Amino acid sequence: MSVLIYAETEGGKVKKVAFEVASYGKAVADQMGCEVTAVAFNASDADVLGSYGINKVMNISHEGNFDAKIYASGIQQAAEQLGASVVVVSSSADSRYLSPLVAVGLNAGYATNVVSAPSSLAPFTVKRSVFTNKAFTHAEITSENKIIGVSNNAFGSVENKVACTVEEFTVSLASSSVNVASVDKATDKVTIADAEVVVSGGRGLKGPENWHMIEDLAEVLGAATACSKPVSDMGWRPHSEHVGQTGKPVASNLYIAIGVSGAIQHLAGINSSKVKVVINSDPEAPFFKAADYGIVGDAFEVVPQLIEKLKAFKAQA
Amino acid sequence: MKILVCISHVPDTTSKINFVESDTKFDTNGVQYIINPNDEFGLTRAMWFKEKEGAEVDVINVGGAETESTLRKALAIGADTAIRVNTEALEASQVAQEIVAVIKTREYDLVIAGRESIDYNGGMVPGMIAAMIDASYVNNCVSLEISGDKATAVREIDGGKETLTTSLPLVIGGQKGLVEESDLKIPNMRGIMMARKKQLNVIEPSGATTKATTVNYEKPAPKGEVKLVDAANVDELINLLHNEANVI
Repeated sequence: MSVLIYAETEGGKVKKVAFEVASYGKAVADQMGCEVTAVAFNASDADVLGSYGINKVMNISHEGNFDAKIYASGIQQAAEQLGASVVVVSSSADSRYLSPLVAVGLNAGYATNVVSAPSSLAPFTVKRSVFTNKAFTHAEITSENKIIGVSNNAFGSVENKVACTVEEFTVSLASSSVNVASVDKATDKVTIADAEVVVSGGRGLKGPENWHMIEDLAEVLGAATACSKPVSDMGWRPHSEHVGQTGKPVASNLYIAIGVSGAIQHLAGINSSKVKVVINSDPEAPFFKAADYGIVGDAFEVVPQLIEKLKAFKAQA
Repeated sequence: MKILVCISHVPDTTSKINFVESDTKFDTNGVQYIINPNDEFGLTRAMWFKEKEGAEVDVINVGGAETESTLRKALAIGADTAIRVNTEALEASQVAQEIVAVIKTREYDLVIAGRESIDYNGGMVPGMIAAMIDASYVNNCVSLEISGDKATAVREIDGGKETLTTSLPLVIGGQKGLVEESDLKIPNMRGIMMARKKQLNVIEPSGATTKATTVNYEKPAPKGEVKLVDAANVDELINLLHNEANVI
């Protein structure tokens, strides 16, 4: 009996999202009274996971790009070798891509968007978010093997330093019929998925030429930039910045919406953010009903002030 | 080319979400059902393959008779044949197994599902189907071109996109970008009339096993009122975010 977590890496380093997954895995392992092991690909700093309760890392060396089928085969073999009955993964695009494959391979039940540690081990019951964050369900995973997809930022990272050994795990990985022809990724920007703070602009900004306000505010806060659906539909911003039901989901600590009215589809996508701030000139904008803090005012006056004051605040801190 | 589009029958986004029977069942009272938006982008892309390349397009749903209106809408949009697997959809693995049982008898070149449904948000069905039939698989698919038995797909990744080349048979988890919102078709009268004559085959389930069950539902605690800060006093907002919310 054992718990396995999949620790994602980027450029050879363990990603921050893996710390939350590790913390969740540690919590489950403590409930079960067992150890928790991580599997990672090409991790050069895998021992950092020891700070989050991971006893052992099985590191797989793999040349070439991420591939869901190849990675899934490595994770499956790690689980089999370990005899892990619970595998914990994140809610990143890559983890969501590969985990259904691992689930079929391990004949495991898989619960996504899980927001808290199991409320019971027998039956194995977890709480997950459904109806695009408008409700939760308590679900029982009835199969012997289980995969838990932890909702971003829901459980949090919990420091818990233990001795951690890193082993090279040599496996024969699956072959894949999918090849990466090219990757187009902004490496200098915080991604919406990884961001603690997201600054989002809507139609109220009147045009793409005004986006420097959003970018400047995001820079001060170390935030990712996002936009509403009409903004991406009009081509003011790329679709990759569109957040909402048909765009990217956001689960940041702080979400600042500027000139976004708050259509129900938009709110559905950003609802799991912890603290929501709205700046809008229309006091009737639906976003005010969803937000924690709000300013009724002209973005063109409020945002430049906010940027200046935040700069002063950050300089002081 | 034979295409299967998996259609999830989901409550409209604006639906009130309530539960009945001691919070064990979703309250369908007054709820409008629609084709899951992520599936509709895929269905519309399939229509493009039908019009330009003569693809045959089937649609499938695993569910009770109440889902037939949604399948009829897919037929009215232009799908050729609908299949309903006559069993309650309980969880992703069971749904994937039932769809795979149909795929095995009909041999599709391309299976399109949405990246997730907007009700249970599982996001597992396309990947599970791909694994069960050992097909190529691309999730978060925002562009798809097919030539012969080769496909070029674009996948949205965290912070960007990647372009992938692969081969058929292929399963995709599709989303907006496969087509744009403005490309979505509202069924016209002719489509609706023709849909009535098209086949909607009801087949019995293969008896797939389930790996998860829903115990009950819970609604989030009601949210407090928004705290309004005067536009002339952004210092107060910074103070609240720092000292009260602890987020900056």
